[in-house]
Amino acid sequence: MTAVLFDNVSRHFGAVRAVDGVNLEIAEGEFFAMLGPSGSGKTTCLRLMAGFEQPTGGHIEIFGETAEGVPPYRRSVNTVFQDYALFPHLSILDNVAYGLMVKGVGREERRKAAEDALAMVKLPNYGSRRPGQLSGGQRQRVALARALVNKPKVLLLDEPLGALDLKLREQMQEELKSLQKSLGITFVFVTHDQGEALSMADRIAVFNDGRIQQLGSPEEVYKQPKTRFVADFVGSSNVLPARLCQRLGVTSSYASLRPEAIVLSAPRDGALSLSGTVSAHSFLGAVNRVVVDVEGARIAVASPVSLVVPKVGSPVTISFAADELHPMEDA
Amino acid sequence: MTAVAENLMSPERRGPTGRLSDFFWKHPHVLLTVLLAPPLLWLGVVYIGSLFALLLQSFFSIDDFSGLINYEFTFATYRQLLSETNLDIILRTVSMAAIVTLASALIAFPIAYYAARYAQGKWKVLFYLGVMLPLWSSYLVKIYAWKLILAKEGIVTWFFEKLHLLWLLDAWLSLPVVGGNSLSVSYTGTFIVFVYVWMPFMILPIQAALERVPTNLIEASSDLGGTPAQTFRHVLFPLALPGIVAGSIFTFSLTLGDYIIPQIIGSSRLFIGQAVYAQQGTAGNIPLAAAFTVVPIVIMGAYLWMAKRMGAFDAL
Repeated sequence: MTAVLFDNVSRHFGAVRAVDGVNLEIAEGEFFAMLGPSGSGKTTCLRLMAGFEQPTGGHIEIFGETAEGVPPYRRSVNTVFQDYALFPHLSILDNVAYGLMVKGVGREERRKAAEDALAMVKLPNYGSRRPGQLSGGQRQRVALARALVNKPKVLLLDEPLGALDLKLREQMQEELKSLQKSLGITFVFVTHDQGEALSMADRIAVFNDGRIQQLGSPEEVYKQPKTRFVADFVGSSNVLPARLCQRLGVTSSYASLRPEAIVLSAPRDGALSLSGTVSAHSFLGAVNRVVVDVEGARIAVASPVSLVVPKVGSPVTISFAADELHPMEDA
Repeated sequence: MTAVAENLMSPERRGPTGRLSDFFWKHPHVLLTVLLAPPLLWLGVVYIGSLFALLLQSFFSIDDFSGLINYEFTFATYRQLLSETNLDIILRTVSMAAIVTLASALIAFPIAYYAARYAQGKWKVLFYLGVMLPLWSSYLVKIYAWKLILAKEGIVTWFFEKLHLLWLLDAWLSLPVVGGNSLSVSYTGTFIVFVYVWMPFMILPIQAALERVPTNLIEASSDLGGTPAQTFRHVLFPLALPGIVAGSIFTFSLTLGDYIIPQIIGSSRLFIGQAVYAQQGTAGNIPLAAAFTVVPIVIMGAYLWMAKRMGAFDAL
């Protein structure tokens, strides 16, 4: 069943087209990521699902029911806010039990449910504390428990890991993913971090300028970016200009080539090659990033650290398999 | 070492002001002392000190015969304070202060809410102007203006007449306690003018408190299923409560101490402020006047203690 349906949805603020003709269909139980830079319309889409915004055009359905004109408090959709939005004057337990309280669930029952939810996010016995006494990661978990305790049909997450440090973020990514699997709830996740989207989502919608640039599985989006924007934003692929494409026998005017698909050596059989000069390199930990200037086009190469990095200014040949070169739709 | 420091320092920083800045930078507590000493002396000695001296007066008594103050510790003045007439004055003033505070909060909240949540740009400027403007003109002028507005021949009566609602006004004025010959000589009139004059002191703290409530808390409540009424009750109101309490401290204490409004507009019955004025002036009974001023202090203390116990400051 379709959990969320956007049919040509727009949300304009005066002359600003925050969301402009978006079509998408999110399946029940899916982990769906909306990826894009800030101002790309991904958060507005999330707010349209939550009901904080109303579309200026198009049609939204949530589990087959029309969503336009339905206030947020009548939707069985819950949100984990970017900065958690925990109520500072309530205890953690009352925060988590809030949704049940406003729905009239009895005191004992909601206390039990809230405690279970806190245990689920690995924060048992934190109920009596105040939000101000918790760390960012703990608040994040409380926000998650507060949303999940309502058993939403769709859980919306607005950059939930943005404020956490790297280690905690990676840990939360895994936990979110396994939580989603075990609960079977549809997760819609907004992020500007392509790594996060790639590692967690079943499908990704890449947003730019209020429109979806590409919608597909992480692998598709990463390996076969449809537009230059997607190639650049997801995975920082190289975009080969028209003249290089022609030389390599590609019919479209642009093609993408991922840095890790390139090696700094002469071509083996069947491989394509280009020659240029090294213009810069930097150490990234797992790999060396070597930038090669090929007739004015800067092509980044991810070279294993075990290999020697050629000096800046020295001539090199780069080669790659023909099927790593992906033609792109637009200019 | 010195030579290095001299070279590090740009030449225009080497003068006496530069050296003074260096001194304060190295000794921040000296700067703090210099800055805080005058206001602390003012507050501690002149303000609190004189208040304390005043309170002390209330434990003296007046010699009924000679009219001189008897500088001996006694509770006689407090016994006098609790006489029926004086208790009547206290009860009247406290009731008025409570009703004025409640009405101010009810009227101020929507205005403050609009200003904090919706008003932007020039509307915000207009809001501040509208709230502050009445404070720029003389208090006495405003009160005398209200006397005319509320008088039997005034614009309020005229307005009710034009709307053919004079019977309603007359019915209200014929009620006991709140009524009177005209609005300007009734408690209703006193109440209206109090609410008008103190309104800015209620609006501004509530607006400040509401402005500090992040929008996403309102959204979170709605997202979790809270209807607008529930969101108001469980989120907005508790978070605005410190502002409401701050505003009510102003309206409550200002009403408790005012002696001009009830004298110009209202019945001839005394309020605490008028009693203090009369006792320390014509009657020359400074101890009783002092005892009267203790009443608002005690009431405000009790009020704040209750507000704290009710959790009004939890959101601070």
